[in-house]
Amino acid sequence: MTAPLVSLRDLHVSFDGQPALRGIDLDLARGEALGLVGESGCGKSVTWLAALGLLPGKARVTGSVKLDGQELLGAPPATLERVRGGRVAMIFQDPASSLNPVHRVGTQIMEALALHRGITGAAARAEARRLLDLVGIPDAARRIDAYPHEFSGGQNQRAMIAMALAGDPEMLVADEPTTALDVTIQAQILELLRALRRERNMALVLISHDLGVVADSCERVAVMYAGRIVEEAPVERLFDGPAHPYAQGLLGALPPLDGARRRLSAIPGGVPEPWAMPKGCAFAPRCPARMGACEAEMPSDVPVGPAHRAACLRVAPARMTAMQHA
Amino acid sequence: MLRFTATRLVRAAITIVMVVTFAFVVLRLSGDPAQIIMGADAPPEAVDAFRTAWGLDEPLWVQYISYFGAIFSGDLGRSMRDGREAIVLVLERIPATLALTVPALVIKLALGIPAGILAALYRNSALDRAVMMFAVAGFTIPSFVLGLLLVLLFAVQLGWLPSGGQESWRHAILPVITLGIGGAAALARFTRSAMLEVLGQPYIRTASAKGVAWRRVVANHALPNAAIPTVTIIGFMFGSLIAGAVVVESVFSWPGVGRLLVTAVANRDLAVVQCILLLVAMTMITANLVVDLLYGVLDPRLRGGARKAEA
Repeated sequence: MTAPLVSLRDLHVSFDGQPALRGIDLDLARGEALGLVGESGCGKSVTWLAALGLLPGKARVTGSVKLDGQELLGAPPATLERVRGGRVAMIFQDPASSLNPVHRVGTQIMEALALHRGITGAAARAEARRLLDLVGIPDAARRIDAYPHEFSGGQNQRAMIAMALAGDPEMLVADEPTTALDVTIQAQILELLRALRRERNMALVLISHDLGVVADSCERVAVMYAGRIVEEAPVERLFDGPAHPYAQGLLGALPPLDGARRRLSAIPGGVPEPWAMPKGCAFAPRCPARMGACEAEMPSDVPVGPAHRAACLRVAPARMTAMQHA
Repeated sequence: MLRFTATRLVRAAITIVMVVTFAFVVLRLSGDPAQIIMGADAPPEAVDAFRTAWGLDEPLWVQYISYFGAIFSGDLGRSMRDGREAIVLVLERIPATLALTVPALVIKLALGIPAGILAALYRNSALDRAVMMFAVAGFTIPSFVLGLLLVLLFAVQLGWLPSGGQESWRHAILPVITLGIGGAAALARFTRSAMLEVLGQPYIRTASAKGVAWRRVVANHALPNAAIPTVTIIGFMFGSLIAGAVVVESVFSWPGVGRLLVTAVANRDLAVVQCILLLVAMTMITANLVVDLLYGVLDPRLRGGARKAEA
């Protein structure tokens, strides 16, 4: 396997002493599409904000974030500013408030063009118009001078994507890009992201709490729970045979598209608060397959199959038995 | 835009009429000007003659109508004390007041805005706490207390500056500082909270995420947004250039509009008080009008005729 584009190792984040991320290990290959799923507050967004140094000053971040082998944690501001928007772009959940209300949409795109590609003036304007056109803003030549409040939510997200593309990044982090949008607009935005990725061979991290969104757009999925990755697998493998009880629970909560109708199962209980994190597996208090050992120590990652790992004590013995039979 | 300006102007006119009416009624109900000006020992015939001369024996509504009639023909009345035109009396005091309030406004802006911005940028730092401590102190101490404290220190104890009067520019220093500090404190607090509000907005994170350097994020993305609410209080400060120094002028015996107002009220010099209040209302309303128009300049969301997308 070639060296990954991005590599996170043992990434920890805490706010005022409360842990938000508790050791994230994750690789992303060039051009790969990775889905990051989990409940609100599990650390999906924090992972990438931390990686790009975008968390507020009170956040304590430790571990390692490497882009093409270059360490980003603790890198000087000038290095980070070149990476942000230039090599790794990011779009956010609420497009309407993610664009600056007092600047024209075109101006905001041109700012990124000037920063990362050194294009200014009429050339920048032409390029911004081309980008708006590319992301499907009708009448881009005129709308380039509009303000964000004159755009709809879907158009604002398209403008955000145009702005993200301005730096010609190798990787796009899309943080719940469709959560605030209507269902029909959601599908359009996801299709746009898929098409752009194909054309540009751009890596994509799609953060979502919606497994359906991830299944359609990604090759690999990482499931997060309470600041850790509990399972990571190629999309089909995860949907066919989730190993971690939390991932099983998430899939059990989805309605089946075919076959007999069944009662949707909910996962009982709630995510533990950061100040009351269990000593062992964070999911143990809600887990239907809990054992005594689960509460004793945090389970480590165990390989389940090719490119498939899970952090669950239940997985390990099962695998052991399987190997003994082989 | 025209419609916006027109409604604002109509509202402004209504406000002025209300201010003038209020002043008119309250002044006439709160004591007899004839008795006060002529003195308690004056013979009743003299007081009656004074009343007839100034029209004070007419019913209130007749006085009110003739007063408004006079205003519209440009006559703001005469002082009952020395018979001079009220407007002239007021106008000749304005330069003295502006000599205090304009430098004080400069201090407010030059001190308050940067202090507020820095406090917000370095939130919870020692700098922020120091700025906020001074701001709370400057904001809560009444100007007459602050003025007297400054007089005690710089005039009485140290003897560096005069305690009152208007003989030289040195006489203006203490009143200007007294006025400036309170306003700077208010403005620092306001600017800080406006900045903090803006710095927490998603578009600030977007700007950082696209690689904009922090200084530029602050200058180009945060400040233009934080300016929008801050303009309100700055407008208010412009509006109080004429009558914002009533207390301070009294403390420092500074012969400006404020002191004229205090003596005119005490004397029930009706035309002079009404003339000052009319002037104050007009400057305040003008400042508010300018603020409303500035909103439109600063905030594209408030400009008329916005094209809203359908999809």
